[in-house]
Amino acid sequence: MTAVAEVHITMLRKMWLIRAFEGKVDESFQRGTIHGTTHLYTGEEAVAVGACSRLETGDLFTSTHRGHGHCIASGADVRRMMAELLGRHTGYCKGKGGSMHIADVSSGNLGANGIVGGGIPLAVGAALSLKMQRTDRVVLCFFGDGAVNQGSFHEAANLAAIWSLPVVFICENNLYGMSFPASKAMKTKSIAERAGSYGMPHRVVEGNDVMAVAQATEGAVRAARDGNGPSFLECQTYRWKGHSKSDANRYRTHEEIEEWKTRCPIARLQQQLLREGILTREDAAEIEREAYAAIDDAMKYALDSPPPPLSELLSDVYA
Amino acid sequence: MREITFREALREALREEMLRDERVFILGEDVGVYGGAFGVTQGLLEQFGEERVRDTPISEAAIIGAATGAALTGMRPVAEIMFMDFVTIGMDQIINQAAKIRYMFGGRASVPMVVRVAAGSGTGAAAQHSQTLEAIFCHIPGLKVVAPSSPADAKGLLIASIRDNNPVVFMEHKLLYGVKGPVPDATAPLPLGAADVKREGRMLTIISYSNMVRRALEAAEVLARKGISAEVLDLRTLSPLDRGAMIESVKKTGRALVVHEAVQQAGLGGEIASLIAESEAFDYLDAPIRRLGGAFAPMPYCPELEKASVPQTPEIVATAEALMEEGK
Repeated sequence: MTAVAEVHITMLRKMWLIRAFEGKVDESFQRGTIHGTTHLYTGEEAVAVGACSRLETGDLFTSTHRGHGHCIASGADVRRMMAELLGRHTGYCKGKGGSMHIADVSSGNLGANGIVGGGIPLAVGAALSLKMQRTDRVVLCFFGDGAVNQGSFHEAANLAAIWSLPVVFICENNLYGMSFPASKAMKTKSIAERAGSYGMPHRVVEGNDVMAVAQATEGAVRAARDGNGPSFLECQTYRWKGHSKSDANRYRTHEEIEEWKTRCPIARLQQQLLREGILTREDAAEIEREAYAAIDDAMKYALDSPPPPLSELLSDVYA
Repeated sequence: MREITFREALREALREEMLRDERVFILGEDVGVYGGAFGVTQGLLEQFGEERVRDTPISEAAIIGAATGAALTGMRPVAEIMFMDFVTIGMDQIINQAAKIRYMFGGRASVPMVVRVAAGSGTGAAAQHSQTLEAIFCHIPGLKVVAPSSPADAKGLLIASIRDNNPVVFMEHKLLYGVKGPVPDATAPLPLGAADVKREGRMLTIISYSNMVRRALEAAEVLARKGISAEVLDLRTLSPLDRGAMIESVKKTGRALVVHEAVQQAGLGGEIASLIAESEAFDYLDAPIRRLGGAFAPMPYCPELEKASVPQTPEIVATAEALMEEGK
């Protein structure tokens, strides 16, 4: 198998792993195994996987409240992720962060974020570090269509542009905030064109095509590594599930959701790999099966893990 | 010992820390050629260059957020916010991000940064350029809050704040910038969380911080001439508070008066009074704990009203005298 084919297979594995993880989380909420709230990435897998396929050692990224996909795409351990969602001591944040705050700074994950747009200035600051430390590393900054109406986006995008910082802004346009459509929340035809007003290259990308996302990210990352500053990618995609677990989907039709499901990013990649002869139907079935098995194992690990001791309540407030 | 201004002391701290540690850098509005709105960073651009003394656009959220992101990834930024009032524009970044990152991430990250803010009234700058908002930050776990009153403390505490591995809000009262005081050539960092007895006394403890310490000291001088021996305790760090120093002093004097410039309602004085009342010092109290704080109104523009809105020396004297009459 060629190196490129292997990369594509890895992408498929990660997309299935995200799909299986989110399926398990959804089911666990309904059963009451997981408490609190969560925001599922189902249907948007191609964006995280395509973009993170361009990450190299030492690169960084910031994520969002809908962040499980970015974690898995960047190679996070699904067992520690699931443990975090269950509030267990073995989780990435010792059970203190939960779904919206998974982070692993030492491996480049600067954290999911409970504040829409809140992570964008952090990404820009991290990019400033990388530049001042004279590296050629980059930061991928993920956020949704809702975040581009926050002041933090505009302030941070402008700062990244004037300082020519190595950051790639990746907007996951899944068409809605919680319920408010992006089309009603802004007058511009695309979100990407807003980046033009900060003087940075920008383009709209087919967000359900993992190859297209990877290719667009590749160009943006190369520009950043070469010292040419930030870029902006608007990846158009769709979330299959509600905004959070309490969403009754009143703002969109069943038909619309079903129509988008026919544009499944996983099916799209799988069909392409089958067509190219890189994958057999049996291989595809095996990859899917392995993903669900890995998530079952992650859930078992999480359930077997203890909660943090009560002494953890007041530790880690200060360094 | 040589005497330098509060402003010069801060500048020395910045310069020495930037020379000592190349991870330290400055960012903020007009901190470069202009030298900072109050002149604190003057000359640092010439010495360290644009890379480490970074002028920013007028974008407080991006200034504090970028500092947070840089701190999270190995740098030690010092952000300047021109007026403490403007920190409200960057509040998400400091309260929801910088303060909480370490805890949310299970202790597996740290955010070593300083946000310097110019605070306080007395310059005729009116409602949006005169506030002292420390109570908000003291309410937030994960932040440290520092408010020096003298040049020597300013230097030692700023050095300590830069070396601290947590986000620190460093409050500089505008009326202090030009105040001179003795500062040793080689200043050591002062521990955060340690109060300082600025004047010893036996009959009453005036607990204060920042510019109000100067007025408390003036008041103590007047009181001494009237036969009242007042101790002045300068908190210096507001979060964490030096609970032990307050209790010790009040146990000795039996009376406590808390003085701050910030609006009295829900201000830090309430917290300080509660800490004393809940402690073993309660049994030593000869009179109720008194507070003097800012009026519950936005800062007015006209000098007469501005002056009336925050504690002045004669008011501190009068309150202390009244307190001495109580519980006799």
